[in-house]
Amino acid sequence: MASTETTPAKDAGSVEAGLDALETTATSRPTLRQTFTGKILPPIIALAVVLVVWTLLVPVVDDPSKLPSPAAVGDAFKDAWLKGDLLGYIWTSVSRGLLGFLFALVIGTPLGLLVARVKFVRAAIGPILSGLQSLPSVAWVPPAVIWLGLNNSMMYAVILLGAVPSIANGLVSGVDQVPPLFLRAGRTMGATGVKGIWHVVLPAAMPGYVAGLKQGWAFSWRSLMAAEIIASFPDLGVGLGQLLENARTASDMAMVFEAIILILFVGIAIDLLIFSPLERWVLRSRGLLVKS
Amino acid sequence: MATTTTLAKADESVEYAARLEHVSKSFATPGGQQLVLDDITLDVAPGEFVTLLGASGCGKSTLLNLVAGLDRPTAGSIATDGRPALMFQEHALFPWLTAGKNIELALKLRGVPKNDRRDKAEQLLELVRLKGAYGKRVHELSGGMRQRAALARSLAQESRLLLMDEPFSALDAITRDVLHDELTRIWEETGLSVLFVTHNVREAVRLAQRVILLSSRPGRIAREWEVGIPQPRRIEDAPVAELSLEITDVLRGEIRRHGQH
Repeated sequence: MASTETTPAKDAGSVEAGLDALETTATSRPTLRQTFTGKILPPIIALAVVLVVWTLLVPVVDDPSKLPSPAAVGDAFKDAWLKGDLLGYIWTSVSRGLLGFLFALVIGTPLGLLVARVKFVRAAIGPILSGLQSLPSVAWVPPAVIWLGLNNSMMYAVILLGAVPSIANGLVSGVDQVPPLFLRAGRTMGATGVKGIWHVVLPAAMPGYVAGLKQGWAFSWRSLMAAEIIASFPDLGVGLGQLLENARTASDMAMVFEAIILILFVGIAIDLLIFSPLERWVLRSRGLLVKS
Repeated sequence: MATTTTLAKADESVEYAARLEHVSKSFATPGGQQLVLDDITLDVAPGEFVTLLGASGCGKSTLLNLVAGLDRPTAGSIATDGRPALMFQEHALFPWLTAGKNIELALKLRGVPKNDRRDKAEQLLELVRLKGAYGKRVHELSGGMRQRAALARSLAQESRLLLMDEPFSALDAITRDVLHDELTRIWEETGLSVLFVTHNVREAVRLAQRVILLSSRPGRIAREWEVGIPQPRRIEDAPVAELSLEITDVLRGEIRRHGQH
């Protein structure tokens, strides 16, 4: 070929640099103040409103065995904390929940991949898998108790049955939404078979997969609480579900509130600490999270 | 039916980047087999720039898929010098990787050792004038930058043959013009063979050494032109416009035949 590093080509370089500069816009991170007024302040205000309404309702109901005052619930927290039990309750449940979730992850991921990629498997168990998502996982507690007895394995079984369908279904919908163009591009680069799955299909399916994980965690936590409430047995150690059940048998409404608040906040905290950041990272790195 | 062979060498050593002999392709449709490509015989010489031109329904994208090995012909044979790289109308860059990592993935799949990948990726980005875009995510790049990054990723495959499926048709006219200049420069620097599909007559003439016109339904080679205009050309050049006019007339004649029955 003629060696021509001539004017039009050099021209192209500088024109290109101009075009690039014109067409890309700089994005800036929000300031600390914006984060505070936009993200942190609203939930604090909502919480304050709830507390105010609660406080106002206490004299109206006027029956501590039905509606304890916020102060009484606060005392229940303080007692549990001073006795050194509070973190124990939380840890018992969280460790069960997370371990069960990890099992669900290990089973749900290959299962989802099989359903997504193998036509026969999809036809065979795909509908059952999505149907299982609408089955309340508390329904698994009685059979699990009969099969496995009152022990930790039974709790894990209930968590698995609740979370595996969500995780697998999330991965299936993630894989289904992979643009065919990516698969073709991958194949022309030599990403076929296992390499194709590892380098193209799985990363492309991440948004759906992470949504499935998030839902899977919510289901794990719910299933675990159901299992702990129904199958409360002293040898199992006291988790948050047992705490709630114990409070009910003792007719201690302040402790019931304590347990419910703990269950709610621990579930939210795990989501905020692990799953939401994971989801945001996956979406943002793909340009799918548009800042408003 | 006009068929053409440009390389009539008896020698069996690889004297072509791609060789298509009597290639036909039909697809099963509810109304029976539909012939999309009919008896295409065509050579792309090493270092040659060929454009395939045709109206819709000429099967030009099908033809590229066949050459890329993404699909198999119904009849005839296709030989290429190694696995060709393929560039699409949409950039097809992976959004979960940075521009640089996209290129490194292509290098990795080709077996380039880990330690060399970063340097190679930087070099390729520099070749397409995207120096400094290594860490940029796909969504942070403009349309023209994405197509250049996609070109760099295709080049990373170090194929002798680059297949391009209307790669600039989704870009605005200004960007497209600049990318024509860039593609010509890169083609000259690398000595690649290019098979470029387009429905834009001027683009075909602006870029190619040889323009092949396909008829539609089924796609057959209707005519071909050698483009003797020296590079660098511009799309506005009088000889480019003149030849474009001639080709457009023949193309319109081909299209007109379909309205008559």
